[in-house]
Formats: sequence, structure tokens, C-alpha cells
Amino acid sequence: MRKHSKNKKKYLSAIYILWMLVFTIIPLGLVVYFSLTTIDGKFTFENLKNIGEYTPVFLSSIKLSAISTALCLLLGYPFAYIISKVKASKQVIFMIFIMLPMWINFLLRTYAWMTLLENNGIINRLLSFIGIGPVHMINTQGAVVLGMVYNFLPYMIIPIFNVMTKIDKSYIEAAQDLGANNRRVMTRIIFPLSMPGVVSGITMVFVPAVSTFIISTMLGGGSNMMIGDLIELQFLGGSYDPNLGSALSLVLMVLILISMGIMNEFDSGEEDVLAV
Amino acid sequence: MQDTNVVTLENVCVDFGEEKVLDHISLSIKNKEFVTLLGPSGCGKTTTLRIIAGFLEPNSGNIYFEGKNMVGVPPYKRAVNTIFQRYALFPHLNVYENVAFGLRVKKCKEKEIDEKVRKMLKTVNLNGFENRDVSHLSGGQQQRVAIARALINEPKVLLLDEPLSALDLKLRKDMQVELKNIQRETGITFIFVTHDQEEALSMSDTVVVMDNGVIQQIGTPEDIYNEPINAFVADFIGESNIIDGRMLEDYKVLLDGVVFDCVDKGFEKNEAVDVVIRPEDVDVVEPEKGMLKATVTAVTFKGVHFEIIADVQGFKWMIQSTDISYVGDNIGLYIEPDAFHIMKKSKYSGMFGDYSTFSDEMEEIAGISFSEQEDNTDAQA
Repeated sequence: MRKHSKNKKKYLSAIYILWMLVFTIIPLGLVVYFSLTTIDGKFTFENLKNIGEYTPVFLSSIKLSAISTALCLLLGYPFAYIISKVKASKQVIFMIFIMLPMWINFLLRTYAWMTLLENNGIINRLLSFIGIGPVHMINTQGAVVLGMVYNFLPYMIIPIFNVMTKIDKSYIEAAQDLGANNRRVMTRIIFPLSMPGVVSGITMVFVPAVSTFIISTMLGGGSNMMIGDLIELQFLGGSYDPNLGSALSLVLMVLILISMGIMNEFDSGEEDVLAV
Repeated sequence: MQDTNVVTLENVCVDFGEEKVLDHISLSIKNKEFVTLLGPSGCGKTTTLRIIAGFLEPNSGNIYFEGKNMVGVPPYKRAVNTIFQRYALFPHLNVYENVAFGLRVKKCKEKEIDEKVRKMLKTVNLNGFENRDVSHLSGGQQQRVAIARALINEPKVLLLDEPLSALDLKLRKDMQVELKNIQRETGITFIFVTHDQEEALSMSDTVVVMDNGVIQQIGTPEDIYNEPINAFVADFIGESNIIDGRMLEDYKVLLDGVVFDCVDKGFEKNEAVDVVIRPEDVDVVEPEKGMLKATVTAVTFKGVHFEIIADVQGFKWMIQSTDISYVGDNIGLYIEPDAFHIMKKSKYSGMFGDYSTFSDEMEEIAGISFSEQEDNTDAQA
């Protein structure tokens, strides 16, 4: 019996191993291959060397997504805290409101922001009624950040909320019992204990933000190019160069891995926070 | 009066919706006293503790600390500290920082904190554990950290919410002694919550027996054991045979058709009463020498004595005897006059004290639910 079930497990896992091989390992290998070859398939470091030219794009991508992540944290953390405090029945309603925009197509949402932010868009028309403006909003870095914060905020709130609801109430009571007022309970107990949620929230916002391309194209115009846009151009745009595109992807991936590694450093030793 | 009472509860009521959790609790706790709140789960003992700590506000009634009304004062402003049932040690801080927490919150000087923490860790025998992760400590060590974390604040009153329930028997016994010593040395008032009657009897100066949100009896451990006020207390503290009887006159009680001499008085003539006889106070003798005749239905060897269940006119008694009897033996029971304890009838009459369905398992269940039997047994009385 035991042997049989063991074989069954092996058999089941084989499907996933095959899946990972076909859809993860091989594509990754191809990206590495393309980034180290010319268009004729000859080995070269040229693609990676050329990336230096695009440093400004990398830097602005990292800057914009870092700002967006920070804003998401500033907005999302208090929000997650507030929802974790309300009654369970109300939590459901709050969560639905957070998730609701996510059920609408991403492109449509971003397109809606275009019509809002345009020079003769809805916001500017409203502003003109009270004699202000028009304010130039579309095609600015601010618009890109706004778009990213709007789209990625739920990914910050949900993990923080999840961790917060699992913090044992007795820790908070113990802190109060030892003389900590509400502010001290927040800074010394709740915030440190919610770090795992903060770390995964930052990862879940920063990673998609740094590689996004649609938001920057639609809300940032041509002038606020991000790495995602640059990579898209190499595959689908005018400057067709899959080898350079692969090299860019590879560098981006390494950057993301490094930043995740740094984040995990913050998180180390916190694993048993939730073990009651 | 007021300067010796460190904590006073006055007609405290707490409702959770329809349910009355505390029903007019009034209690005065003296300075340096070791008080135990004892009762089955759901009796309101933990709620009482949370009211004192300030985690819960009463629906009505007052709480005084040394004469000052504490209603509405948040927990962090109260001069009490709590040891939680599962310790609630902060998982993101090491042993040292857990103990230092209260002092850091008070913004004490680093040097003072260091001195006090090290001294406190020495007191609870945790020298050298400063940098340990609290989640890697054993139950007993976690318990010590919790004690150190609370005591370092030098509270007037220490609240302990079933602090020993997570420990194994041997460790529990050791910690009982240790807690009692700490209490004596520091002179801090301890308010201790437990459902373990043995723990309550061996540690406390005063025991408060609670059931259904009502205080049943307050007294020294000896009083509570020897002079239980009703069938609930008699049954909850130790083993008791509780038999329907009638007080014929002072010092004469009738039960099972036999008139016995006793030492109680002050009842109405022919008043129906509950009679408590502790199993260790019943002597097994020859059938013809006994005051009551009984048939043995079960015998269990318990080490120091045999636990004998014997049938007396359809009612099962528990008897503890050092002499062996066998199932089916006809025996006589002999009881000294001072072994009878006579109680007035209460709503608990007839609910306890019969060992016909007795087993160790039943004993544990019995603490939780017993409200249904009330009516039919009252009729017998």
C-alpha cells in the first residue's frame, strides 16, 4: 500500500516537474541564450555591454516604482490596520471594495485614468468650472506613479491585512498590561509583528511595478519610458532586437532578485511570528 | 478598612449579550494576600481577572485600587501586571528584551534597565538566557520569562490567569512552590485563577469559589474544605458524599432512616438539609458493628488507599479506606459525629455527591455541564 501511494506521489509530482521544465526552465534558458548571442546565433557580450546606454531608463524605472511602492505602503498600511480592527462582517465589505477594481480589465482601468487626466479630460473640465487650470497631468511621471499606485495598491493591502488579522490579541494585551499606550503598542508590537506582510506587500508591488509597460505608455506618453516599454520595443516595436530585449530582461531579473534578497534580509527571523 | 484592601470589586456585572457572565461580584482583596479564583470553565473567573486588569469594562459596578475608582482607566495606566495563560511572550523580542519591555516603555535609563533585567533573570533562574529566542524555550522557561517580565515592573498586584495549566504535572508542582515563594518574598498581592482545586488549596491564603458568574464562597482553604456552603462547593473541592437528610433538632441528623449525632446546630426543627460526608471520614467495619449497612460495588486501588464505591439503600457512596474490600462484600459504615457537615438546601442540592455514575472521566465532564438534572433531584428532597 505504502509503496503504491509513494509511486503515485512521484507520478503526480512528475507532471509539475514537466510543467516547470517546459514553461520555466527552458524559457529562462532561452532568455540567457538570446542575450548572449547575435541575431545569427554567434556568441557575444555585445548585448549586455550595450545595456549601459539604457541606464537612465533603468534608473527612472526603479525610481518611479520605488516611489509607487512607498506610496502604496503609506496608503495601504493604515488601511490594512483599520480593516483588521473592524468586525469580520465589515471586513468582507471592505475587501470587496478593494478587490472590485481588480475584476475590471487592467487596460480599461488605465484607459479610464487617461480620460480623467487628459488636458481636456474630466478633471480639468471640473477644475475649469472653479476657475483653476487646466493642469497638465497626463504624460507626467506623476501620472505614471498614480496609475501604478492605483493598480497595485490591493497587492500591498491584502498581505499586510492577512498578517495583521493573525497577530495574537494577547500580545497587544500583554503590551498594554506592561504600560504601553496605543502608540507604543503600534510601534513596538504591531508594526514589527506585521513585517512579514509588509515585506511581501513591497515585493508584490515593486516587482510588477518595475517591469510594467502599459501604465507608462498610456499615462506617461513617450517621454517617461520604463524598462518594460523598452523591452516591449525590442520584441513588438520598431526597434526589433530580441537579443537586446533578452539581455534587458535578464538584467531586470537580476535586479529584481537582488532587491528581493535584500527584502528577505529584513524578514529573516520573523518566520515564527505567526506560530502561536 | 480601605488602606488594607488593595483591590475591591463592588457589585460588578458583565453581560455578553443575553448571557450573564458576572452577576453582582463583590470582593475585597487585602494587601500581600494570595487569592485564588476557583471554579469550572465558564464560571467567570477569567472575566473577573480581565476586569481587574482593565481589558474589559463592567456593565455596572465599580472597581477600586486602594480606594481609587478604576472604571474607565485603560490597562496601561493600572498598577497591575498579568501573567497570561499562554504567556504571550513577544515573539519578535529575545528573552532580555521581553523582560525589559515594561521598563523601556517607561523610558528608564539604559543602565537601570540592564541592572534590573539581569537581577530579575537571576531571580527566576534564567541566567545566561538573555539572547535566547523565546520560541525556543521550554514551557517552564517561558513561564519564568513571563513572571520576570511582569515582576520587573514592581506591580502592586500580580494577576495570574491559569499560568500553570500548560505545564506537566511535575513541573506544575515545582512552579507552585516557586510562585508561592516569590509571592512571599516580594510581598506582592497575587490574584490567581485556576480550575484546579488542589492547586487552589495548597497555594492560597483565600479561595474564592465561583460558578455561573456568582461567588459561591470566600474563605481560607480549610474553611472551604471543611465547611462548604453548598453542594456545589462541597463537590468541587475534593470528593464528597452528599446525602439528603433532615435536622431533627440541634446535634441530631436523620439520614437513610438512621439518626446520627453530629456537631451542627442552628437549623429549624425537621429542616431538610444536605449532609456532606468526606470519603476519608467513613470507616469500614463489620456489617453488624456499622451504623449503616452497605454493599461494595467497585474497588479501585489508588496507592495510599482503596477507593470503594458502596451502595447504601440505592445511593452510591465513595469511601477511602486503607483496608481492602471486595466487590459484593457486605460492610458496615461507621462515621464520627464531627465528620458530618450539614448545609442548607440550595439550588445545587441533589446535583452532586452521588457516585452511581462515577468514573474518572465523568469527573472531568461533570465540571462543565450539570444544569439539567436540577428539577428531578429537587423533587426527591
